[in-house]
Amino acid sequence: MSSQEQAAAAHVHRDDVGARMGMWLFLFTELILFGGMFILYSVYRYMHPDSFHLAAKELNTIVGTFNTAILLTSSLTMVLAITAIQRKQKALSIFFQLITIVLALGFMVNKYFEWTAKFHHGIYPGSDTLLAKPTGEILFFGLYYVMTGLHGLHVIIGVILIGMMARLTSKEIINSNSYVKLESAGLYWHLVDIIWIFLFPLFYLIT
Amino acid sequence: MSEAIVVPKNGKHPSYIEHEGKHKGLLGWILSTDHKRIAIIYLVAIISFFLVGMTFGFLMRLELIAPGRTIMDAQTYNSFFTLHGVIMIFLFVVPGIPAIFGNFFLPILIGARDVSFPRLNLFTWYLYVIGGLLAIISILLPGGPADTGWTFYIPYSVRTGSNVVFALFAAFVLGFSSIFTGINFVTTVHRLRAPGMSWFKMPLSVWSLYATAWVQILATPIIGITLLLVAIERVFGVGLFDPALGGDPVLYQHLFWIYSHPAVYIMILPAMGVVSEIIPVFARRTILGYKFIAMSSIAIAVFGSLVWAHHMFTAGMSNTGQFIFSLLTMVVAIPSAIKVFNWTATLYKGSIELSTPLLFALAFIFQFTIGGLTGIMQGVLSVDIMIHDTSFIVAHFHYVMFGGTGFGLFAALHYWFPKMFGRMYSEKTSKVAFWHIFIGFNTLYFPMFIMGWLGMPRRYYDYLPEFQIYHLISTIGSWILVAGILIMFGNLLKAWLNGKKTTEKNPWGGETLEWKIETPPIHENFVDIPTIHEAPYAYKQNESETLTNQEVK
Amino acid sequence: MEHNQEVHAEHSHGYGVYILVWLALMSLTGITVAVAGINFGGLTIATALIIAAIKSFLVLKIFMHLRSESVTFRAFVGVAILFLLISFILLFSDYSFIVRN
Repeated sequence: MSSQEQAAAAHVHRDDVGARMGMWLFLFTELILFGGMFILYSVYRYMHPDSFHLAAKELNTIVGTFNTAILLTSSLTMVLAITAIQRKQKALSIFFQLITIVLALGFMVNKYFEWTAKFHHGIYPGSDTLLAKPTGEILFFGLYYVMTGLHGLHVIIGVILIGMMARLTSKEIINSNSYVKLESAGLYWHLVDIIWIFLFPLFYLIT
Repeated sequence: MSEAIVVPKNGKHPSYIEHEGKHKGLLGWILSTDHKRIAIIYLVAIISFFLVGMTFGFLMRLELIAPGRTIMDAQTYNSFFTLHGVIMIFLFVVPGIPAIFGNFFLPILIGARDVSFPRLNLFTWYLYVIGGLLAIISILLPGGPADTGWTFYIPYSVRTGSNVVFALFAAFVLGFSSIFTGINFVTTVHRLRAPGMSWFKMPLSVWSLYATAWVQILATPIIGITLLLVAIERVFGVGLFDPALGGDPVLYQHLFWIYSHPAVYIMILPAMGVVSEIIPVFARRTILGYKFIAMSSIAIAVFGSLVWAHHMFTAGMSNTGQFIFSLLTMVVAIPSAIKVFNWTATLYKGSIELSTPLLFALAFIFQFTIGGLTGIMQGVLSVDIMIHDTSFIVAHFHYVMFGGTGFGLFAALHYWFPKMFGRMYSEKTSKVAFWHIFIGFNTLYFPMFIMGWLGMPRRYYDYLPEFQIYHLISTIGSWILVAGILIMFGNLLKAWLNGKKTTEKNPWGGETLEWKIETPPIHENFVDIPTIHEAPYAYKQNESETLTNQEVK
Repeated sequence: MEHNQEVHAEHSHGYGVYILVWLALMSLTGITVAVAGINFGGLTIATALIIAAIKSFLVLKIFMHLRSESVTFRAFVGVAILFLLISFILLFSDYSFIVRN
């Protein structure tokens, strides 16, 4: 099958399905990363059910619920951004992306207040107040900080990622014919949301 | 649908080595996204770290030649076996075959021009190098290198003053190198197979690399998070595993081994893939039981994820847990055995050519069988109670990881060398090297089975005089082995720099796609993407008849 | 197989579908919080986890477009979840039977 006559320059190889596949596989690694921490949580909760109940009372259910609502809404705006660009509605897409970022930042602000409130009460890793509590509670708060902390880090990464996507959309590098980057960023963002969907009841609703 | 590539004016395509891309000189090698160049820079990095790890091993054996202090103190010895383990496992055996030969040949074997994510591929090499440097730096900083063993068990890993955090971060970074390689390979196999190459027409090494890639993706994050948590515990005193804060050290072990057991399948599967490639070529026979071997790769990956706690039988598990994991450990041996049966049956009444690649592959089968059978022995609870943490275990895993994967890598080196470099090495010297390596390896490790059985503990710097004879034999074995390895690398290096040039496309008479393209391959691998009609390994019994699938230029 | 440009017509849901799913997610969140206030013992946490699973399922299927991807993607997700689940179960096969301290 000779094609020596074809003198055309090699065109850029593009595989959107492959790009999404790669992103999904990456999401599995994130899922399992957090899964490891959920394993830790479930074992320690199994071993210290009462202390976990007690410790959870320190957390503010209203703020937690509010944050859950924020994140779920940000997932909505993210997927709406994709629909918008599919329909060539560039400005609307950018708008939705920016709203997503604003919501994400709102989440982080809430988190900041939650954490600082706890520090104020002397509850942080290594503090005397914490170490005086029963071991189950020490474990609970250790897990709380690490899990919500790592989740928060992923939120920040998401903000940066979506910010980059918004810029690419404004430059029309992401457009109605080529938007797999936005889809991939969306997939990442939804996973961050899913992790919180599980974090929320396990830390805030076990009183 | 084949993509057109630019036809040069004189009609002759330069090889990937001569190809001039965006960058020139050395930059053209460390900034290239060509999977073949990435494979070569991986080769250089991996072999370099192997030699470092080998040096640690060599010095450890020197220390152990006699009881008491020989050349180092106990603290140093602890650091040495930690570094030897960390380097060999994370920098040599885990990445080894996939990063070098998977990168070079996976796209070619499926008829593609590159992997799905070439830039990600290059990024994994940088992650690898950074991880390696972190490990080396940990040796030099005050506090000294980690002395916890490569397993970083709690509580010592949060108590010791040595540079554990660096070692943890090294492993963490290396983990991501492995993960991204896995993501790349899975996507590539799904998306970039040539027209006509259905799943069951793929070469067996591709099946192995595919199964390996899945384990890399799913299992590695567990150790990523676990080691990260240990680092966080050390730095912030959080209270996650440390028993003083209510944590459970056995839970750490569970999480550690949920990765580290599947990791050994990351190590062995690609080597098995290499053996599956080599045996048919040098027996000149279609491999027996292609589908069984392909499916057994998947089965090993699946079952291998279910047996981790057999590393923990003496750690304080429940009896129920022990029974369940012991039973599952028996099951995982079955798919591996299937492969050994199929290889052996392929060799039987084949037309054997005892070239160096086959010698290494045969040694693999022999040593992997010993390693595997001793693994089954360890899976029996009553036996493991006695031999856990003895030299028996050390011998077992060296037989599978080194006698298995290590030899598989050496086999791959000698098999694919001419294709990769367009040079041929001295067959005579390579055979001299092989026999030194084979004899040295078995002399080094077999006595460990015996002394372990008799009670010699592992990771011990000193020992009772009754064990000395075994240690003496073992250390002498290490000298023979190291000599062989140096001869082998010297031979290959000489060939690379100065060896007889060859443009022979198919020096061994292979049937897979890499033997149909230029030696060394051109930048784009294929002028035209082939269309596949036949299954691989389609040999005739008669040696003079070789099937060619189609003309591939 | 190499594909060039993909037409994503099948990935395009109406805005309405997404908003409906969002309403469902918010409602489920509300239910979870309400149930948490009532003490059903072990059932409370089981309910919370089941609802969380339903929410995740909705996000995966609709927001993440799994509904319109090929079966390969759905198989992948199944494999990943299975790996996690089996690790959990096997781990608890040890922990549920421990007689320590």
